[in-house]
Amino acid sequence: MAKSPSLFTATFRRDLLLAFRHKGEMINPLVFFLIAISMIPLGLGPDKELLMRIAPGILWVMALLATLLSLDNLFRSDFDDGTLEQLLISPHPLYLSMLAKVLAYWIATGLPLMLMSPLLGVMLSLPSGAFIALCSSLLIGTAAMSLIGAVGAALTVGLRKGGLLISLIVMPLYVPILIFGASAVAEAAQGNPFTMQLAVLGAILIMALLLAPLATAGALRVSVNG
Amino acid sequence: MTAPVLFELRNLACERDERLLFVRLNARFYAGQAVQILGPNGSGKTTLLRILAGVNRDYQGDIYWQGKPVVDMAWEFANDLLYLGHLPGVKKSLTPLENLRWYAALQGSVADAQLLDALVQVNLAGYEDTPCYQLSAGQLRRVGLARLFFSKARIWILDEPFTALDKSGIAQLENRLIAHAEAGGLVLVTSHQDIRFPQLQTLNMQDFVEFSTFGETAHG
Repeated sequence: MAKSPSLFTATFRRDLLLAFRHKGEMINPLVFFLIAISMIPLGLGPDKELLMRIAPGILWVMALLATLLSLDNLFRSDFDDGTLEQLLISPHPLYLSMLAKVLAYWIATGLPLMLMSPLLGVMLSLPSGAFIALCSSLLIGTAAMSLIGAVGAALTVGLRKGGLLISLIVMPLYVPILIFGASAVAEAAQGNPFTMQLAVLGAILIMALLLAPLATAGALRVSVNG
Repeated sequence: MTAPVLFELRNLACERDERLLFVRLNARFYAGQAVQILGPNGSGKTTLLRILAGVNRDYQGDIYWQGKPVVDMAWEFANDLLYLGHLPGVKKSLTPLENLRWYAALQGSVADAQLLDALVQVNLAGYEDTPCYQLSAGQLRRVGLARLFFSKARIWILDEPFTALDKSGIAQLENRLIAHAEAGGLVLVTSHQDIRFPQLQTLNMQDFVEFSTFGETAHG
């Protein structure tokens, strides 16, 4: 007899399934990331020294913007079809269901972004020694950005046009992630160690893991009240 | 004989956009009751149901569940509650079975066979694997209503469950609600249609309107 999985697994599986059924929404940020970065060398000219110097910053800024692009969809459809209120009144801990939703979202958007980044690094003639720093900093960074972004998405899901507001709420919180992420890649590109930056990113991720799902759940309760 | 009081509202009031929807709402609901909540559009029926279900928490007054404040009994109450809002709560890009599987996880553990049986009960046999965006509005409703056929919850709060259903669907749903009430459950329902229930009780929202506010605004 097939028994039902826990709500965490069920929500995680459902959201992944939904992401794969809406491939367009999933690919959108990746295409933006790809196009925006491939435009840079065309606009600046093939000056290798210059590209190498700006590559860490450009890669990280574009990754951040690509994450912002899809954030609005995180709770939108759940809110519109009524499954969100069902989740909120369920007897299960909201912390875990929020974590499941963000995890599925991160696997559908953050992870592919990270996997694609070395390719774009090559395009910006990033030295090969910096690829590990790029991937690991984006791995931690996109996860933290998804968790923090979920709070912004939850706060604005009740508003009809929340897109711009999300950016305003979330951007200041992304700044430290951007600074340490880009600096990790820049240090690695010059052959210096980058463990300090990764450690700070890791600390931000742990803080986000502990606090963001709670804040998200609280914000969603406010949003469905309206 | 007296059935146990499941649900009690004491002095409930709700204000929306500086307008009092209802005040001094006192009511007791017993196990085995089916209650239709009446009132014209905009009288606060949906708001009341959302407050009772715990979706909306903007209210004054107290709600008691089995004699204790519902805030202290949140877990027990949530376990015993099935709420169907006026949104069907169905993901359109999933199939009916996938939708029900998520609800099964929401309530604990339900075997797949039981879910398939629930779909048969609401005349959706053969549609298990059709994406919900291909279904009609009535069929979409039925996917949500299929939850009534595998739920273990005692209290059902249903907001306009008869919308978009055909005649046989309405009769079927009525029978299901009667059966639930007879088995000791509690059904709170809003509907603009007449419901054929043997022992239907009603709660009219217009009995709880505060008239004095009109006078106050006239002077203020």
